[in-house]
Amino acid sequence: MKYVLLICDDETVSPTNEELAADPTHQAWLADLERRGGVLDSARLRPVVDATTVRVRDGETLVSDGPFAETKDFVGGFVTVECADLDEAIAIAAGHPYARWGGVEIRPVWE
Amino acid sequence: MTAPGDQVRAAVDAAYRDEWGQVVATMIGLTGDWDLAEDCAQEAFAAALTTWSRDGVPRRPGAWLTTTARNRATDRLRRDAAGAAKLRQFAVLARDPDEPPVEEIPDDRLRLIFTCCHPALPFQGRVALTLRTLAGLSTAEIARAFLTAETAMAQRLVRAKRKIQEAGIPYRVPPAELLPERLAAVLAVLYLIFNQGYDEEDQSRALTVEAIRLTRVLVRLMPAEPEPRGLLALMLLHEARRATRTAEGVLVTLENQDRSLWDRALIDEGVQTLDAALAMRRTGPYQVQAAIAACHATAPDPLSTDWAQIAALYATLARLAPSPVVELNRAVAVAMADGIPAGLTLVDELASSGRLDAYHLLFATRADLLRRDGRPDEARASYERALELAPTEAERRYLAGRLGEL
Repeated sequence: MKYVLLICDDETVSPTNEELAADPTHQAWLADLERRGGVLDSARLRPVVDATTVRVRDGETLVSDGPFAETKDFVGGFVTVECADLDEAIAIAAGHPYARWGGVEIRPVWE
Repeated sequence: MTAPGDQVRAAVDAAYRDEWGQVVATMIGLTGDWDLAEDCAQEAFAAALTTWSRDGVPRRPGAWLTTTARNRATDRLRRDAAGAAKLRQFAVLARDPDEPPVEEIPDDRLRLIFTCCHPALPFQGRVALTLRTLAGLSTAEIARAFLTAETAMAQRLVRAKRKIQEAGIPYRVPPAELLPERLAAVLAVLYLIFNQGYDEEDQSRALTVEAIRLTRVLVRLMPAEPEPRGLLALMLLHEARRATRTAEGVLVTLENQDRSLWDRALIDEGVQTLDAALAMRRTGPYQVQAAIAACHATAPDPLSTDWAQIAALYATLARLAPSPVVELNRAVAVAMADGIPAGLTLVDELASSGRLDAYHLLFATRADLLRRDGRPDEARASYERALELAPTEAERRYLAGRLGEL
């Protein structure tokens, strides 16, 4: 089954890519992903200050600065994985460092 | 064809209680389709009424019912293209030479209960699905038990089954590394069902009976786990006192219950079950709660109650499963063991923490301790607050009575 893992936190702690790469929890998580071999796509996202939201209403394109919704936590990255079942996706999600202070939303891909 | 006689009806009813969960669990395992499994199980039991009248009650009702359900499933799947594809899958499974013959069907109920209680399902969905698939309660019966509209309950069931399908919740007993937390989730559902039924006046199909029955099954299927036994012991010890909990619709407190009316057989079984759990030397919150209940149940009268032991047990429980309610109960035990002032100090700390502001028992407990301490005016204010918050008629009458006595 395919899942997208949305890795979220409130951005108060915003490590650089280098800092994240040096984080042992993150390293362990990447190593585990590689061992499982199911990653289809992944990306770390720039913080929401760099976000732009687009809506089209009555033919007019409305562009605004910032995320789609004002929430406490924001999506900081995503991983698309092929796993056996939800428990495997949960195990992967729990291994990400952000799970400890933020959260990871698991969504099945609608195929 | 004659109508099913009383004997056959009784046999089918007994088989329903004993075998519904097993048949449904097996069918879900075979077909992967929860609705199909339920429908075929339903049809099998309906068929039993007519066939057993004609041919007699089979020696192994469970095997007969499972075979019949399987045949129904095969028939239904044969009817359309999507079904036919499923049937090929199903037929492959059926022809598996390693698969045990129908007479030796393993108990799939463990897979079923762990799946029903998966943490990815909303809690109310877990409870509803457990009662529907394992206990065989109808949607209407579950709705009534939880004071919900039948349509709302039906939706809960539909959503839970859909989530299992769409999110890929696996149909299995969790692996060892997940078992402690997943087992705790199962026990929480069973305990909720028990507590929901505890206030029921109507004894037929009482939820307490279902909860106890399902917990017995769990104990049998997981003999090496102490906490299911702990929970069973706790339920039995509570159930033993059911007859004395209320008198004419008014709550009767533990110290005022007529202990001669407690069910000694249930108490004995509860204590034995707890001992078996404790012998495994892996403590857990349900074992501790059962130990507390056992302290009360085995005391011949209120004055003989070992409150010091109970206070110590609550302290252990507070470590294993911390909560302000546990702290409140510990405060009561401390009051009884070490004197009212010690208990009141703990209760006042809890009250000022604000964590139990909407909990009627905080105020009822405080009122009771103040009353015993000879402070009726302060007690009155607390009883009044408790009365405002009390959730059941029996408790309201009890509190009103206490107020009247002041």
